Amino acid sequence: MDWPTIMWWVFAAVTLIPALMIVLSKDIVRLAFWLLASLSGIAGLYVLLGADFLGFAQILVYIGGIMVLILFGIMMTNRDAVLMRRGENTGGTTVVGLLIASVSALGLLKVISDTKWKEVPPVDMPATTSPIGEALLTDYVLPFELVSILLLVVLCGAAYIARRRAEEN
Amino acid sequence: MGHIGLSHYLVVAAIMFALGVAVVLTRRNAIAVLCGLELMLNAAALNFVAFNRFGSPNRLDGQIFTVFIMTLAAAEAATILAIVLNVYHTLNTVRVDEVDSMKE
Repeated sequence: MDWPTIMWWVFAAVTLIPALMIVLSKDIVRLAFWLLASLSGIAGLYVLLGADFLGFAQILVYIGGIMVLILFGIMMTNRDAVLMRRGENTGGTTVVGLLIASVSALGLLKVISDTKWKEVPPVDMPATTSPIGEALLTDYVLPFELVSILLLVVLCGAAYIARRRAEEN
Repeated sequence: MGHIGLSHYLVVAAIMFALGVAVVLTRRNAIAVLCGLELMLNAAALNFVAFNRFGSPNRLDGQIFTVFIMTLAAAEAATILAIVLNVYHTLNTVRVDEVDSMKE
């Protein structure tokens, strides 16, 4: 096996084993850190696919941004450990949930294995950062501006929703 | 083993998506449900990048779509956490099955 193949198996394992541990782990903090490992594996797969910009954006946005948000959320709501764990992974909904998940997995895997995928022969991918920046300001300038307006709205909305009520202060 | 092609990446994304579905459907904690959503979004984004690489490597449309998915995922996580904090202050719970009223 050559190096890219070995690295693919390493990153696939780094992605999927933590994703499985997210389903299995009981503790919400451990779950968050397994999510961190799984998202780093995805970043590695992006780099193997020649998407160097996306790999580093994944680390910056998910591991630097979203993971910190999630850990903040856990810290601010996890005051009572017994309350947090009560009712996790019990009852009939777990069975139904796992059943739906395995059916969707089997369906997707069957479609993937039955389809004859048309692949172009692999080429060396050049660095993608500058073409992505160019495309965002030419072909994709309208979605780019719409997303920036959306981010502004989300920023204001999240700050408004999460604020303390006046009478509580 | 051997040559890593498009279907290898699709299989990883499919398994990851199914695990995300399992997390969303079995968990009661709203933040754990958010983690499951992030898994599903990442599986979809990985599919976009894989099809970009093996479908038309000369264009970057799939990668740019993934940039937008990442932006929307960040916006979605911020909104969900703001709602979770508000629900926690109002109803004193973060379990999704205990939140059954829309006003105090």
